Amino acid sequence: MKSKSRTSADSASQITIKTGAQIIVDTLIEQGVETMFGYLGGVVLPLFDRLYDAPINFVIPRHEQGGCHMADAYARASGKVGVMVATSGPGACNLVTGLATAMMDSVPVVALTGQVRTELIGNDAFQEADTTGITRPVTKYNCIVKDVKDVARIIREAFYIASTGRPGPVLVDIPVDVEVNKCSTVGPDEMKLPGYRVRTKGHAKQISTAAEAINKSERPVLYVGGGVVSANGSPELRALAEKAHLPVTMTLLGLGSYDQRKPESLDMLGMHGAAYANYAVQECDLLIAVGARFDDRVTGKVETFAPHAKIIHIDIDPASIAKNVSVDIPVVGDAKVILGELVKQVEYRERKRWFSKIAEWKEKFDFRYDQNSSTIKPQFVIEEVCRQTQNDAIITTGVGQNQMWAAQFYKFIKPRQLISSGGLGTMGFGLPAAIGAQVAMPDATVVDIDGDHSFNMTMTELRTAVEYNLPIKVCILNNGYMGMVRQWQELFYGKRYSKSYLSNPDYATVARALGAVGITVDKKEDVPKAVKQMLAEKKPCVVDFRVEREENVWPMVPAGKSIDEMSGLDILERLI
Amino acid sequence: MKHIISALVENKPGVLAHVAGMFAARAFNIDSLVVGRTEDPQLSRMTIVVVGDDRVLEQVRKQLARIVPVVKVQDFVGQPVVARDLMLIAISAPPEKRSEILSLIEMFRGKVVDIGQKFVMVEISGPEAKIEAFINVCKPYGIKSVARTGTIAMPRHAKIEP
Repeated sequence: MKSKSRTSADSASQITIKTGAQIIVDTLIEQGVETMFGYLGGVVLPLFDRLYDAPINFVIPRHEQGGCHMADAYARASGKVGVMVATSGPGACNLVTGLATAMMDSVPVVALTGQVRTELIGNDAFQEADTTGITRPVTKYNCIVKDVKDVARIIREAFYIASTGRPGPVLVDIPVDVEVNKCSTVGPDEMKLPGYRVRTKGHAKQISTAAEAINKSERPVLYVGGGVVSANGSPELRALAEKAHLPVTMTLLGLGSYDQRKPESLDMLGMHGAAYANYAVQECDLLIAVGARFDDRVTGKVETFAPHAKIIHIDIDPASIAKNVSVDIPVVGDAKVILGELVKQVEYRERKRWFSKIAEWKEKFDFRYDQNSSTIKPQFVIEEVCRQTQNDAIITTGVGQNQMWAAQFYKFIKPRQLISSGGLGTMGFGLPAAIGAQVAMPDATVVDIDGDHSFNMTMTELRTAVEYNLPIKVCILNNGYMGMVRQWQELFYGKRYSKSYLSNPDYATVARALGAVGITVDKKEDVPKAVKQMLAEKKPCVVDFRVEREENVWPMVPAGKSIDEMSGLDILERLI
Repeated sequence: MKHIISALVENKPGVLAHVAGMFAARAFNIDSLVVGRTEDPQLSRMTIVVVGDDRVLEQVRKQLARIVPVVKVQDFVGQPVVARDLMLIAISAPPEKRSEILSLIEMFRGKVVDIGQKFVMVEISGPEAKIEAFINVCKPYGIKSVARTGTIAMPRHAKIEP
């Protein structure tokens, strides 16, 4: 497999002469890469030539942005590093949205970009862009390789940095001459990262202080974010919540880390979170934040967030701690390790009054919609998908109402089940994410719950799903609007629906033209049958649900309000 | 409050852009930033003067430390340090004022490094306040041009770093 040195004279000395491109491919294999995503271009031709017969499963998207989202979702679904290759200039520029998405949600992605020849850099050469300059703010780390001798070491460093500590995307920019140049390689080169340290083990004293606080607390709440998912800390979280008897609320990215069917689950908190989660946070005496970053969509008005609570913050990124709120007991380290330590030190407490109060809120303010409506309610579609997939599908989403309803009405039971662009809120994420997740988990049922306008942004990738026989399902909750901005315009801009709708194509026809199955559903009674057919299809399948056009997501914390100042609670109560 | 932050960074391309970009992206204000080599050719030292409250400075330190090629971050606030700026200043100096100006330069322990028919160029170093004071006393004569470094600093009784 490895290209042997042409001169057999030095074969005894075990020195092989390889091109940079060959070293890239060999190092990817050494790092355990089985699948990668990428799009061809001029300056990556030497690399693609070496990939021609490499033992790596290769997926070509229709656009580099889509490919980057696929690599991202591949990583989120599998826990491995997602790899994306693009050419210089426009190829690299098209990665920016994908990298920023992965950066905000702390997803391990390694992007390799081609670059113009070293001596042309800075000359405005054809398809030249300052890739490291452009991507520096949207990557955990990036660099350009100027010497073929550094290729293997830098790629190893990229995988190490992307996947350790707080994970994130790393970009390596490789000029075409470095791909072509040859060097002799002698064994593995050591990584050189004097500035990169990862603290996984938490401070023992801080952990015991945290355990004491938990044992003393009358009204605790666990507030869990994506950090628990990426640390694979879900089993420890479950053990902690059960042993100490703690209610658990999750951020969008934390969903799945705790089984939502269990009584301790308070579901999602925040702007469109459950009223019972928000009330519990506002009334708790101890907030145990794990792998969460007190994002503004969670805290609402930060000054009045969890006003009675002592705060424990467990996070692997020291910069996350005390960034938005002041913290009483900070613990820096890996969520899995620290939760495991806490489990040993906590005691069971019944907390009867606290749990009965929570149960009351839950009953009063459960997520609801009008089940008697004659139109198709988008929430009904999601409930039906949840029911027919028995809570076990991988769900990807677009951004906006579709995403919030998916988070509210699909009840997740295991980690890595919801794949959604949380931090950046990238419309168009759902379809390529479904493809990436299906590539990672060929046997799973993968459903993209999407909005019509989110789907419009990247629908070209449907052909990628067809190309690789990936049986993804797409549920378009088609209301003809950019639903969430329409909701804001309705509530805060006097119903002036400025530029928030566009005419849509007939999605079933589009799907068929691209080689997928297309179904249109405009009657409520046809929803269960259509979902059933969709789940049975072996080909990619798009279902265009013509849903209620002006349905709103409730509850809602208006911008700048405390999270217990929710709108729409009267609507939920009326629907009991 | 003014803080002097000293960051030891890997001496490789892009590090300055990364640090400067982080400050801009997170809306931290830089008073001055000086980069130079150290005794170790692999490392450079950045001395950054930042104004902000404790909360902001905690974030500045943490966000700096988070940058992969940043090896070590120190905040000198509250410890005795030697802090110095360097300035080159060209002062208008007609012959009749010259001796007056030269005695001022001497008082501030400045050094004349160039002299022309109408001006003198002075090199002066010291704490920032001294530099400011010198600029003020020179103003009445007319300042042609000023070039200043930012602050560099080292703690007193410095532990010699490995």
